[in-house]
Amino acid sequence: MDFSRRLFLKTTGFGLLALGLPPSFLVRAAEGETAKRGKILVVVFQRGGMDGLNAVIPFKDRAYYSLRPTIAVTEPSSGEERAIDLDGFYGLHPALAPLKPLFDKSHLAIIHAAGSPDNTRSHFDAQDYMELGTPGIKSTPDGWLNRVLLQTSNDRNPFQAVALTQRLPRILAGKAPAVTMTSIEEFRLRDSFLAPTLQRFYANVNDPILRQGGDNLFEAMRVLSTVEATLPPVAADGYPIGRFGDSLKQISRLVKANVGLEIAFTEIEGWDTHVNEGGTKGQMANRLKDLAEGLTAFYRDLGDRMEDVVLLTLSEFGRTARENGNRGTDHGHANVMFVMGGRIKGGKVYGRWPGLDPAVLYEGRDLALTTDFRAACGEVLSRHLGQKDLTRVFPGYQVPSRALGLIV
Amino acid sequence: MNAPLTEEQKIIHFLNRVTFGPTPAEIDRVKNGGIFPYLEEQLHPEKIPDPAAEEKLAQLKTVRLSSRELLELYPPPKQAKSRGMDISPMQTPRFVIFELQQAKLLRTVYSRRQLYELMVDFWTNHFNVFAGKGADRWLVTSYDRDTIRPHALGRFRDLLLATARSPAMLFYLDNWLSVSPDAVMNRFRPNAKPGPRQGLNENYARELMELHTLGVDGGYTQKDVMEVARCFTGWTIRRPRGEPEFLFNARMHDPREKVVLGARIPAGGGTQDGMKVIDLLSRHPSTARFIATKLVRRFVSDDPPVSLVTQVAKVFRESDGDIKELLRAIVESPEFFSPEAVQAKVKKPLEFIASSLRSVGAETNASPALLRYLVRMGEPLFLAQPPTGFPDVGSTWVSPDMLLARINFVTDLSNNRIPGTRANVDKETTFAMVAPEFQRR
Repeated sequence: MDFSRRLFLKTTGFGLLALGLPPSFLVRAAEGETAKRGKILVVVFQRGGMDGLNAVIPFKDRAYYSLRPTIAVTEPSSGEERAIDLDGFYGLHPALAPLKPLFDKSHLAIIHAAGSPDNTRSHFDAQDYMELGTPGIKSTPDGWLNRVLLQTSNDRNPFQAVALTQRLPRILAGKAPAVTMTSIEEFRLRDSFLAPTLQRFYANVNDPILRQGGDNLFEAMRVLSTVEATLPPVAADGYPIGRFGDSLKQISRLVKANVGLEIAFTEIEGWDTHVNEGGTKGQMANRLKDLAEGLTAFYRDLGDRMEDVVLLTLSEFGRTARENGNRGTDHGHANVMFVMGGRIKGGKVYGRWPGLDPAVLYEGRDLALTTDFRAACGEVLSRHLGQKDLTRVFPGYQVPSRALGLIV
Repeated sequence: MNAPLTEEQKIIHFLNRVTFGPTPAEIDRVKNGGIFPYLEEQLHPEKIPDPAAEEKLAQLKTVRLSSRELLELYPPPKQAKSRGMDISPMQTPRFVIFELQQAKLLRTVYSRRQLYELMVDFWTNHFNVFAGKGADRWLVTSYDRDTIRPHALGRFRDLLLATARSPAMLFYLDNWLSVSPDAVMNRFRPNAKPGPRQGLNENYARELMELHTLGVDGGYTQKDVMEVARCFTGWTIRRPRGEPEFLFNARMHDPREKVVLGARIPAGGGTQDGMKVIDLLSRHPSTARFIATKLVRRFVSDDPPVSLVTQVAKVFRESDGDIKELLRAIVESPEFFSPEAVQAKVKKPLEFIASSLRSVGAETNASPALLRYLVRMGEPLFLAQPPTGFPDVGSTWVSPDMLLARINFVTDLSNNRIPGTRANVDKETTFAMVAPEFQRR
């Protein structure tokens, strides 16, 4: 090693390592695991703008059939290629059939004509607004799920909020810490022999940010290795193949392992069906099948633990009421939300139906909005997570005094 | 920590701040030539030959193409399909962004114009545009090359104006859609297709003052936001996905009088209204202070010393926003070389990766595998969604998953497990690079 290289190693801070600092192992494991069974919120974002009108079909509104000559789903009757009757007015898309038993058991609620009141039809802006929780205002610095954490965050549990995504979504970005990961198995050191050295380095450094960062990292790895050992992934578990199914499976393991999870986020893509959307079969049906199988597998996997869990879906906007010239639909307005959980007052399609008559369509083309997504989310936050101050989570929004009544 | 810095510590600290990481060769150069001559050299990048970086960049296909050419050659997949074009992953808009990311990473590692690249990075983040938003996928290549890079060491006003006129910014912050409420084209037509152009859009006006110039407490009101938005009505794009060029459209413009921050802008100014706002904002004392604060935060510490911010703001006002003068003022200050400033900054992911590669003399082609580490560490290049860009404070970068990605990156680099990247790293250096000290600069 030449002189300048040695100097370089020494003076960039590398030299400190030769001092032989005493090993002081950071062991929180010794404190033992207190089995936490707190309430959990899981948010699933359907990116691209789901066509709510073809997911939950208002078959009694005859305008639906005249607006959609080639992609409409036939009204319920006997046979498979038809909507599944929910309440005599709405029907589930046949690809959502797995959700019907959950609906019947009252563990799944549906809100129709729900979404963000802003009129943007840009995916980017609409997703932003929905994740920031401030439709129309882009300068909001943090996501609404992060603002939820800011009020409940009390210890340094690294798994209070987890995004099963490639990168931290805006809905969870902000001052409160949140972990992003793609799977429990991947969250590990590429070279495990490095662990003791690393722990020594980080435990002894006179640097609060990195000491805390290291502490959280080792704690996170310790917890996950316990999860891996005690709850190995099961092969045939009904989750659909692909990133969405995988991510729900990981969330379920974190729930079951009692790692202190409070908020989990994941996403399912592919809803931007401008061309050849399909009716009972095709592109959109395939996405719905994935969604339904994912939610059902998650529900079955968690069993009794669903008592503590609420899963809700968001999508940035619905799609045009009228089908377009390519047998698809374009960016629209109001949409459908699903809310699932053991203590959900399900078996009901919530929300006032605005109608599909051309005269009442929003801006002459889209399903009008009758439920603000913040009303539904706010209700889940206050009734399920016990959030007290919703004005901090949704600044500038007054949650309606009359609740929807989503939660028992 | 309170003893004054030795000459060697000064050199390392200096290089840690004005480059993407010291290399043994650069340390020697500064030792022999001195800190301030090195700074002067770096402040004139046009005089520094840069063959290594140029050779690396010569292999990229898209960085020299115009936005129009990019739209033509790398159309959205659906359009490509309908045109019967081959839709290989190499012909998609995603590829355009990928090459832009490659170019940036290669420059940070190989360019000898280190301070220039660092300032390009700084301003790109200050005037952030999210390359994933719609037409911006084709516009950010030009934004980097034609808007930011020509002015990165120039005058703040010129840079501000260039961003205001850039199709990328006009699209990202929606100003291209902003129409005077009583403009000709906005009159009610009963059978008109509902389109996006429906009136005044305040988005750009707000961010222009809050994030680009005055700062959130810079003394403007909601009324000012509206007035500035009215000034910029008509600053638009010919066709974002066809002819992506700046256009002043008088039919969209609000010709009435405006009052911005107390200054009267008379009626009928047309495109001059926006120019006047740019002048007003770029010479406002709040802007001087806001830009000084951000620069001192970048070069000195997360909590910028007030004394230095005041001094740099003064230089900003007196030099009419000459960026070179601001950098001289910072590096020549006692605060810059104070013991408290040493190792005060956590490296952001790009700095961490570049400094690692530079310190071990790695050979890289900035492959997708390498760029993926930046994503895991939380800094996907050109893909910061919010108009604030990435925060410049250490706590942003140390969540468990981000720190794990840093450590795993070093392990993979040391074991030559990153496709397209090769280095010869001994065990001692591996340990050094995963240590907390190397996470800082």
